[in-house]
Amino acid sequence: MEIASGPSTDLSAARTIPIDSSSILYEFKQQNLPACKPVLKPSYVITTFLLLGFIFLPIGLTTLCASRTVVEIVDRYDSECVPGAFRGNKVSFIKDSSLPKNCSRILKVRKHMKAPIYIYYQLDNYYQNHRRYVKSRSDQQLLHGLKSSNTGSCEPEESNNGLPVVPCGLIAWSLFNDTYTLIRGTKKLSINRKNIAWKSDRDSKFGKQVYPHNFQNGTLIGGGKLDPNIPLSDQEDLIVWMRTAAFPSFRKLYGRIEEDLKADDVIVVHLMNNYNTYSFGGKKKLVLSTSSWLGGRNDFLGVAYISVGGSSIILSIVFLLFHIKIPR
Amino acid sequence: MKRFVYINDDESSPTHGLYCDNRISNRKYTLFNFLPKNLMEQFSRFMNQYFLLIACLQLWSLITPVNPASTWGPLIFIFAVSATKEAWDDYNRYLSDKTANEKQVWIVRKGIKQHIQAQDICVGNLVWLRENDEVPCDLVLIGTSDPQGLCYVETAALDGEIDLKTRVIPSACTGIDFELLHKIKGVIECPNPDKDIRRLDANLRLFPPFIDNDVCPLTIKNTILQSCYLRNTEWACGVAVYTGNETKLGMSRGIPEPKLTAMDAMIDKLTGAIFVFQIVVVIVLGIAGNVWKDTEARKQWYVLYPDNDPWYELLVIPLRFELLCSIMIPISIKVSLDLVKSLYAKFIDWDREMIDLETDTPSHATNTAISEDLGQVEYILTDKTGTLTENKMVFKICCISGNFYGNEVGDASKDKRLLNAISSGSPDVVRFLTVMAICNTVIPVRSKTGDIVYKAQSQDEDALVHAAAKLNMVLTNKNGNILELRFNTLAIQYEVLETLEFTSDRKRMSVVVRDCQNGNILLLSKGADEAILPCASAGQQTRIFNEAVEQYSQLGLRTLCLAWRELKEDEYEEWSFMFREANSTLVDREWRIAEVCQRLEKDLEVLGVTAIEDRLQDGVPETIYTLRKAGINFWMLTGDKQNTAIQIALSCNFISPEPKGQLLLIDGKTEEEVGRSLERVLLTMRTTASEPKDVAFVIDGWALEIALKHYWKAFTELAILSRTAICCRVTPSQKAQLVQILKSCDYRTLAIGDGGNDVRMIQQADIGVGISGREGLQAARAADYSIGRFRFLRRLILVHGRYSYNRTAFLSQYSFYKSLLICFIQIFFSFISGVSGTSLFNSVSLMAYNVFYTSIPVLVSVLDKDLSEETVMQHPQILFYCQAGRLLNPSTFAGWFGRSLFHAVVVFVISIHAYAFEKSEMEEVGMVALSGCIWLQAFVVTLETK
Repeated sequence: MEIASGPSTDLSAARTIPIDSSSILYEFKQQNLPACKPVLKPSYVITTFLLLGFIFLPIGLTTLCASRTVVEIVDRYDSECVPGAFRGNKVSFIKDSSLPKNCSRILKVRKHMKAPIYIYYQLDNYYQNHRRYVKSRSDQQLLHGLKSSNTGSCEPEESNNGLPVVPCGLIAWSLFNDTYTLIRGTKKLSINRKNIAWKSDRDSKFGKQVYPHNFQNGTLIGGGKLDPNIPLSDQEDLIVWMRTAAFPSFRKLYGRIEEDLKADDVIVVHLMNNYNTYSFGGKKKLVLSTSSWLGGRNDFLGVAYISVGGSSIILSIVFLLFHIKIPR
Repeated sequence: MKRFVYINDDESSPTHGLYCDNRISNRKYTLFNFLPKNLMEQFSRFMNQYFLLIACLQLWSLITPVNPASTWGPLIFIFAVSATKEAWDDYNRYLSDKTANEKQVWIVRKGIKQHIQAQDICVGNLVWLRENDEVPCDLVLIGTSDPQGLCYVETAALDGEIDLKTRVIPSACTGIDFELLHKIKGVIECPNPDKDIRRLDANLRLFPPFIDNDVCPLTIKNTILQSCYLRNTEWACGVAVYTGNETKLGMSRGIPEPKLTAMDAMIDKLTGAIFVFQIVVVIVLGIAGNVWKDTEARKQWYVLYPDNDPWYELLVIPLRFELLCSIMIPISIKVSLDLVKSLYAKFIDWDREMIDLETDTPSHATNTAISEDLGQVEYILTDKTGTLTENKMVFKICCISGNFYGNEVGDASKDKRLLNAISSGSPDVVRFLTVMAICNTVIPVRSKTGDIVYKAQSQDEDALVHAAAKLNMVLTNKNGNILELRFNTLAIQYEVLETLEFTSDRKRMSVVVRDCQNGNILLLSKGADEAILPCASAGQQTRIFNEAVEQYSQLGLRTLCLAWRELKEDEYEEWSFMFREANSTLVDREWRIAEVCQRLEKDLEVLGVTAIEDRLQDGVPETIYTLRKAGINFWMLTGDKQNTAIQIALSCNFISPEPKGQLLLIDGKTEEEVGRSLERVLLTMRTTASEPKDVAFVIDGWALEIALKHYWKAFTELAILSRTAICCRVTPSQKAQLVQILKSCDYRTLAIGDGGNDVRMIQQADIGVGISGREGLQAARAADYSIGRFRFLRRLILVHGRYSYNRTAFLSQYSFYKSLLICFIQIFFSFISGVSGTSLFNSVSLMAYNVFYTSIPVLVSVLDKDLSEETVMQHPQILFYCQAGRLLNPSTFAGWFGRSLFHAVVVFVISIHAYAFEKSEMEEVGMVALSGCIWLQAFVVTLETK
């Protein structure tokens, strides 16, 4: 019975746990990382709200002012440009290609407009964001042309008479094709239609060697036609159109006027009313607008900033009153 | 129902090849079935089925709003992660199996010793083991290096107990020498494999020429089981009876059912609600979309709807919306929850304040998935011995034949009168000390320095033997059956004839010894008072002992009564025959043995009462006080006596003393008595429910059994009413039953214990906490959390449990919030895009939103602390919030739902107005809205995390 040592001693072989109480890892393991714990004291809350209000109010005012400096002329022409005889049946007018589509509008400049003046066309009740529509394009084809066969998404405007369509898809097929000519007095205003699309689109999304092919040759004609001799990267109207809008009302850039318009100038617009918005009751508008550092006229941001700022100041005053009347 | 094992059997024997070989396999998968089986398992969960359906629908390009990769990517990732984890675990299991299977062992074949791989052992083979070898399969011992046929095994891997256990060869095999063992033949009759590691009822019959043809009984004492280690024995050999996965260990393997937290259940419920909401949205928008298409979209010539639709056309729009809304149920929630849960568990492991400095054991979270439940505990069921107390037994005082020793000084070993009695050799005292020293299963081991170290299975026995040694009665050696004692300077020898073992039913143990000096046969018994005193001889006055027991348990001490009796030679012979017979029965052996023992344990002369102190652990009263204040109810379930239990309960704040608290006793021996008592207690409970009084009920095991059997409903009502209860003398299964009752009343229960008798309760409870204490590691192994000391429970619940609850509540609701936010914007956008199911966001940014912008930053919230640890510890009432589930329930969720709706409106309105007209470009608006969402949710995270 010479029993040397019990095996139970193995277990008590002390587990030494290294102490390194300074390292971040240790603090993390002990859940002791430093933290800041703001206490919501009334004074803090009031100050914060007040501060917020005083920051937001000036921002809002500046934004609103900037938006208000923008001068805008909007002219709806879709119903006016249909001859009286067709007022009852606008769709048949627009679909009849033999009828002349030209139309004249007179715009009056109320305020001095500084160059550059942007010309937009605005469509209302037009769902460029419809799922069938948004998806019906092929970015591959736009860049590589006929070399790309990846056009399955273009259905139902993928090919025509067995030949592939370039550019394919519903978006390109429904290209907007009203045109505008502006005349001030007797002199024609020159409209710069270059550089209206995004540079990145022109350079890297639309191919320089890709020419329209078999476009609008089918039985169903959608919108505008394209010059088959100009590469897609230079077809800026198309590029602008292909940047689909997110809302059913949208404006797209048509061109720029690079001279000032003075107050009380009268501008005559000769336009070709080609595009069919009548079948779905859409509106077409021509918009002339100057721009500020914020872009076009949009009071929303300014109003939003002012209302948030104002309400936080009011809140802080209410809190302050409460705090004085019923201190904790 | 029996198996016959032919020892040293060869190919010709009838049972060859009948039983499985010794190949151990813990693997869940094989190389071929891994993929299908694992996928099947993963797809059995509803969430995964849902995601797969969504992912499949997305393959249909006509309806998918986003690139299918945005769902397939994360889905495959999640699946791959869990499959890899499974595969890795399985591979490790395979590796450990392989090492176990290919271990070299010595076996005897055709009379010659051979070296073979462990997996090739067959039932019936003779296996030879050397010192410190691991036992490869369940063996019946037939020979050891020890002349008495003893060997020592360490069973830590089997039951977690770290002391050495003695194993002995069956009596039939004694005296067979080393050479003959190679040729031994015989048959072992044993039951079919089961998982009871404390029992083996088998018989052995050796074939001639190996002496008597008698049947020799085998018990668990004659076996060495798989995964044990042979210690302190040069060699041992045994017959393989159970092999491979049919060993006791192999049979008890099994995966315990995963526990689901209350929070998980709530999250599942909320997911279901969101799913219903999603279906409603889909149906409404689907119908609206189809109507809009037929009334408006057909006029929009540029959309070019075909005139004749395919048959599925009606389904296209609803399905598109289904896909658009599918992100409502965030795919990331499971992954991030699993991640943060394992972090919570790590925080528990890492916590330096929960390391038991005495033994250097850190706390450990075995179950990483249920930390939140810790914060929602309502009932704690605790064991007493070893959990509330140290389980470090110290002999304190005693009463020997009517004389109280040690009452004044509080330590009998310092009592002059007792020391005088010992030196004068008073016969009563000497007998008393003899019983203390040898009526046990303690093994004295001489350490290298020459000191005697006692290896005891029971702390009580250890305390008694040590005390006896201190009182000059030293157990010096145990050599087979011969015990050597040294009293003062006198050496005494006893021969152990039989050991009548302790069982929880008998509550006593006895040894039959022969005094080697004069050849007298003695029966020495020790046990609980109610097990010993009724057996006293008719002439003896036991009143004084009853008083002693009463008095000692008032002091919170554990008492044992010691008794003895002289046996006549023929009485012993007669009884010994019956005992051997009972020992070899296969059916109801335990019961038969108890019956036979009863016949001998009568007419005892009670020698005295010992009182052993079990000190309270540090910080127990404070811990109980704090947790009480946190609204947690305590139940004490103990196997100890009622008086001891009540004393301990008083000393650790469990119950309040008389004027403030009230103890209600439920007792009775018959059904009616218990029923009446229960009714009375219930009545008092109901009337005092409104009073600020601590009312507790006390029930003992016997009454409890009747109450559970006949008055289930009344007892359940009582359980709900009472904040405190003491259940004494309860069995392990009753402990589990009590947990079950509380669980059935929808309470979150936590069971804490330290010993093997708590395992069932721990497994049954919502949360099982084991104290890695002196009664072995069994409880700690079965538990979800193991801690070193009871007082760590406070930190575990108040700090870890509470933080985990808060963090998960935030994280899960936030996950839904951010998904709903995106989803609402998509829904709003569909109203201005002709209800056609266009996605405002592109696939890449959607995926990035879900993964990078929202899922990863929010993980910071695992470090979020709303209140400092000190504050929580000082004001434990704060836990009420968690218990009631105030932070995650349908109404808080509705709050988050509303918040996401509001935020979506704000983001949407601002972006459509700020980007009206010439700036209205799809991608631009999408990006703006998305960054709006990202900013908003980041703001929410900073606001919500403190």
